Amino acid sequence: MIETLEHTTFDVQAIRQQFPVLNRLVKGKPLVYFDNAATAQKPKVVIDALTEYYEKYNANIHRGIHSLAEEATAAYEATRDTVQQFINAQHREEIIFTRGVTESINLVAYTYGRTNLKSGDEVIISGMEHHSNIVPWQLVAEMTGAKLRVIPVDDNGELIMEEFYKLLSEKTKIVSIVHASNSLGTINPVKQIIDAAHKAGAVVLVDGAQSTVHLDIDVQELDCDFFAISSHKVYGPTGIGVLYGKKHLLEAMPPFMGGGEMIKDVSFEKTTWNDLPYKFEAGTPNIADTVALKAAIDFINSIGKTAARKHEDALLQYATAQLETVEGVRLIGRAKHKVSVASFVVEGVHPQDLGILLDNQGVAVRTGHHCTQPLMNRFGIPGTTRASFAMYNTKEEIDVMIAALNKAIRLLR
Amino acid sequence: MSDTKPITEIEEEIVDEFSLFDSWDEKYEYIIDMGKKLKPLDDVFKKDENKIKGCQSTVWMVSELQGDKVIYKAESDAVIVKGLVSMLIRVLSNHTPQEIIEAKLDFIDRIGMKQHLAQTRSNGLLSMVKQMKLDATVYLAQLSTKN
Repeated sequence: MIETLEHTTFDVQAIRQQFPVLNRLVKGKPLVYFDNAATAQKPKVVIDALTEYYEKYNANIHRGIHSLAEEATAAYEATRDTVQQFINAQHREEIIFTRGVTESINLVAYTYGRTNLKSGDEVIISGMEHHSNIVPWQLVAEMTGAKLRVIPVDDNGELIMEEFYKLLSEKTKIVSIVHASNSLGTINPVKQIIDAAHKAGAVVLVDGAQSTVHLDIDVQELDCDFFAISSHKVYGPTGIGVLYGKKHLLEAMPPFMGGGEMIKDVSFEKTTWNDLPYKFEAGTPNIADTVALKAAIDFINSIGKTAARKHEDALLQYATAQLETVEGVRLIGRAKHKVSVASFVVEGVHPQDLGILLDNQGVAVRTGHHCTQPLMNRFGIPGTTRASFAMYNTKEEIDVMIAALNKAIRLLR
Repeated sequence: MSDTKPITEIEEEIVDEFSLFDSWDEKYEYIIDMGKKLKPLDDVFKKDENKIKGCQSTVWMVSELQGDKVIYKAESDAVIVKGLVSMLIRVLSNHTPQEIIEAKLDFIDRIGMKQHLAQTRSNGLLSMVKQMKLDATVYLAQLSTKN
């Protein structure tokens, strides 16, 4: 019922009006913004929340007793509650604010990883990870003597699950896996991965950088041990992200950074740690952006993820069909389940050349390796051109991109 | 005694050529054409040490001192970059290190290609200019120790 209702009320023009940047021109042409997998644009409510915080109640949180500090603290903590509901975490203190997914993964690698890994242990990642879910594990593997194992990717851009099951063993201590690939859009079967990893005695971190904006996230149903979220990819501000972690794991983990807020008592002989979540939030946090993240999540909830996803899926299907009509275009990533990412190469054309010529026609796409060099090597390409769609994009914009693409190819050949 | 035109004069020529174009696509068509015409670099030079860092595409560049002039050769796997680098070579190559170091290269702005000098990881023109000037500085030092 709700789904039908949401679908019938989905009005893309009304949504577009809430995003001021979509009105601007680029090189004299209306902006077509298809770089949403890199960062999403911000609705007016998010921009207003930032301004309002600085204009009305900017204060340092938690320790002040004056009114402004109380208001700022309440707003900051309200975001924690909103995030908790957004991903259905059991406890509010399981929500840790970080600078983003990169910091969330590093936090787990440096605390849980460094404490629990020893020589001979294994960490499993996949062949489609972003560099931010590769490098922290390489660093920690080097410190602990643990080994990194990689689930291979097939020609469609899907994980070869049989290989994953073969890699799993009693040596596996951590599985860190991307929920949806930023380069290909592939949605990975994380539930299956989590269940299998748990049976082998490993904990699982899910990199939700790309999935959170599109898919319904229920960390209790997934039963993941850690889940990482980026605010700026869910229409929120940059510089803020979330690490969800199961309470008992977070409690057992040592702190990541030392400083104010994260302590209970400090003396030169011994310092004791604050309770969750503050143990992991050293120093004055990014208050303004955290406060505005709530506005972003409220905005998504007001539209409804189901309705947005239907629209985005339709855009992806349309874009895929249209791209296939362009001579020389080869789609990279043909997984059965995808978020709205269309990645492609054009025979005999360098992605950078395409990106430049599309930009000159007002079309913003991403070109390059998308911080997934091992994946690009897997496909034997230096990079792709990637169009990624958000709820405010339209079919007409895809038509503009296809026309711009045809023109670019004509110029380049 | 130099048999090549001064750098500023070559820059002026390029600005004149671009003034014939009204639209962005004509400009890029011209750059792409120059890119396609750039003489390919011998494969022996296409090694890591000749790669210019900071480019999304791969750019190889080599230089040598012939008499008191610096000669540059370059290639890229992206054709627009190749066109841009061919313009830089046309302007800077076959000049003395001192002339190259002092070159302002404001033609890039005047032909509307300033965006390619932006400090992003994807645009390598700035890195190319830096590398060319760095090479010239090295040659200048070599020449001054000889004298």
